[in-house]
Amino acid sequence: MSPAPPRARGYVLCAALGGAACVAPALGPHTRWSVLALLAVLYAGGEHAVRRDVAAPTFFPVLLAGVFLLPPAAAGLVAVPGALCARVERRPRGLRRLWRATQPVLAAWAAGHAYAALDGPAAASAPDFPYVFLPASAAVLAFALVLTALDGGILLTAERVPARTAWRGLLPRSFPPVAVHGLAGLMMAVLWSSPYGPPAALLVLLPMGVSCWVFAQYHRERSAHRATIRALVQAVDLKDRYTRGHSERVGRASVLIARELGMADDRVELLRFAGILHDVGKLGVPTRLLRKEGPLTAEERRVIELHPEYGHEMVRGIGFLGEARAAVLHHHERIDGSGYPYGLSGAQIPEAARVVAVADAFDAMTSTRSYRRARPVPAALAELERCAGAQFDATMVGALVRALERHGWDSEVTAGGEPGSGVDGLGGEGGNAGLGGEGLGGEAGSVGLGGEGVEGERLRGGGEGGAASGAAGGRPRSARR
Amino acid sequence: MTARPAVRLPAALTAAVRAAAALLALGALGATLWRGVEDPGIALAFGVLIAVGELARWGSGKGREPAPLGAAGALAYALVGECAGRPSHHGVLQVLAVVVAAGLIGAVPHVALGRGPCLDHIARRVLTVGFAALCFQPLYNSGRLTAATGHGPAYAVVILTLLALTALCDAVLAAAMAHVRSGWPFGPLLREELRGMSGIGPAVCATGAVMALAVAVAGLWALPVLSLPLLLTQLAFRRYAAVRTTYRQTIASLARATEIAGCTPTGHARRVADLSRAMGRELGLAGPDLGVLEYAALMHDIGQLSLVDPVPEGATAALPEAEQRRIALLGGAVVRRTGVAAAVAVVVERQADPYREQPLTARIVRTANAYDEMARAEGPHGPLGALERLRLATGRDHQPEVVEALARVLARARGRPGERRPGAAPDRGARTGRAAERG
Repeated sequence: MSPAPPRARGYVLCAALGGAACVAPALGPHTRWSVLALLAVLYAGGEHAVRRDVAAPTFFPVLLAGVFLLPPAAAGLVAVPGALCARVERRPRGLRRLWRATQPVLAAWAAGHAYAALDGPAAASAPDFPYVFLPASAAVLAFALVLTALDGGILLTAERVPARTAWRGLLPRSFPPVAVHGLAGLMMAVLWSSPYGPPAALLVLLPMGVSCWVFAQYHRERSAHRATIRALVQAVDLKDRYTRGHSERVGRASVLIARELGMADDRVELLRFAGILHDVGKLGVPTRLLRKEGPLTAEERRVIELHPEYGHEMVRGIGFLGEARAAVLHHHERIDGSGYPYGLSGAQIPEAARVVAVADAFDAMTSTRSYRRARPVPAALAELERCAGAQFDATMVGALVRALERHGWDSEVTAGGEPGSGVDGLGGEGGNAGLGGEGLGGEAGSVGLGGEGVEGERLRGGGEGGAASGAAGGRPRSARR
Repeated sequence: MTARPAVRLPAALTAAVRAAAALLALGALGATLWRGVEDPGIALAFGVLIAVGELARWGSGKGREPAPLGAAGALAYALVGECAGRPSHHGVLQVLAVVVAAGLIGAVPHVALGRGPCLDHIARRVLTVGFAALCFQPLYNSGRLTAATGHGPAYAVVILTLLALTALCDAVLAAAMAHVRSGWPFGPLLREELRGMSGIGPAVCATGAVMALAVAVAGLWALPVLSLPLLLTQLAFRRYAAVRTTYRQTIASLARATEIAGCTPTGHARRVADLSRAMGRELGLAGPDLGVLEYAALMHDIGQLSLVDPVPEGATAALPEAEQRRIALLGGAVVRRTGVAAAVAVVVERQADPYREQPLTARIVRTANAYDEMARAEGPHGPLGALERLRLATGRDHQPEVVEALARVLARARGRPGERRPGAAPDRGARTGRAAERG
């Protein structure tokens, strides 16, 4: 990452000064240093265990237990040692550490004051259920609000997100985890001050710790899964080097059409995968044939035309792909029934396949192949409209035309695919909003392959692995489009 | 091998476990109905909690705890001594009665939806909770426990120890049942069971203990508050399991790419994977190692995708060694890019090395692969001949212990005609074959 802009530095420094002012009163004689030290050690341990992997919920329960057990000024100190010692992967490290220490200090300070204002400490030590829920929820709300405000600020200063959108959606994402962690923290505080003492309170942390750990595992597994899908696509690119980046662009075009048709978000995601994986069956076609120069014989063409069936054979075991599997099988069907493999016509062809067929043809026309130059987008659209009704579904063509009017098409972005870039993209879990994104405890992803907007960029093909040998020569493609 | 007792024993043990649980449950229900319910408020609250936990159940009960909240609630009820400072009076039989009744009520929607109640899971629950309650309630109700420990941290430690004992007991029971059901060695099974407890098991136990203590301090309000973290844990495990399933499917389809490309015969990768897993178990591997073994076996031929011309029949074992190693290295390179654990790539890379230079997992994959290729090449008498040739090659290529493990796995597979043989082709291969013929 590039160095933080000066105004982000200024923002973090100001916040840190504010935080220091908040914790200053804790240095007086009334602080229970033993409790504070134990909580701080726990927090540091939890942070260390949780952050070892990818972005996962921060370890809040200890912090909130601190809010419920300690005076506001001291509560903030719980997070400081852990945050300052934590490992930070990305630069600028010092600034990130400072930010991670400052954010909980300010949030805990605010939460502590909200809690004390409603007479929480007395209610918790009695314990006076259910009244104690009132100060506790006030504290949780204050905590989440301060976190959100600070996060939005960092988006504004470091990521240059416009002020109108910086705070949008942050609170709904951060509030539920903080609320659950807050309840755990409350139980911890109640047990801590009960006769059973700290050992009983520590037990509350175990399920929280386990769930944080599992979420981290989940994220790791999910990114590994994405990498595998990418590897599938790259394996096709290795064999058929013309079409580098083609799969990913077809995915993007399919998404454009699906959105234009008003499909639900998860269907749009499936269509992205349908587009990305539509040619995966080419893995089954002999490399020599895919790279052949000159016209193909009828026999060779028949072999190449098997690729939708091969592809379906490969992906049909992958449950989450749903209707994308049918799209892989039928993306070369034509509306008039003259396509392959089954010669379906009209509405017999699954909708997803009709979308991918249009996206596939559009990208084939607008990208440069070594035997011809790319056609301009309007010419390609005119050609699609000419074939609508016979080869393509007119609805899909219309949707693509409208979507491109609105969003435009940037085939250059991914047309080249610089050598080696695919490998760099493999491990990334990206999509983090700079400094700020890490502070949110929110867990927004969905099962399967998540739908961040940046996904497409990271799926960029262009793998030039050491495995492939021989340069691709020019070959007029005679397979039907 | 010992095919006979291996068939009869599981039925006997499973029946014994179920019968014991059923007797206990019926006895407890009868006695509780006869004597009436002590502290009905507490019983109702825990009953609701257990029923809700059962309602949120997920999975079949094989492997991990399917209803963590129900289990934690049941354990907590077994260990509750007082509620908001007032002592409670329920005994062991009432604990069992509440657990059984709530469990059955919670199972009704599952049965209605066609997902039957998992009998083994319920039987295990009854026995474990009975064990915990039997250890705790008589001691507590007679007043000896509080006399010894008072209401301090020592009391919490006693409760925790009791739960650890219960969990151990449960693991031994589960491993024993799995042992007689599958015939796999008991040691690794128990290890796997204990390691499986490092997942949601401790969370369940800790929540059970903390619920019992928190109810003593704060009353029944503690129950919903403490359920939330555990539900969160369950959700996390669910997502993790879902993404793992998807991932396995993706790996399997990547493995089938070589079959579809005509590099390897239909079902080869799957057969080698099943065989490797069985051999790994036979050699005492567990958990993560078995996972590595399976993925590596599925992808061991992936290097052939990078060849411009396929190897005839995909029979790499017959190629010159330098060529074998080259293909293995290509495969390792592909596997590294798939984001699978590095251990898998190592196995794929080193599968063609002499066994003394290989890790155990790579030895297993090498032997299983060679067996599958040779057994197929030689017609009906292939398997025995292949085993013989592997035994002759134990000087350099194959480790003798691994070959013997293979022999045992094969013998057991033949001994049980009813079970799917690890070497048998899965039926889904048939369609791949048809597609490949047309190519």
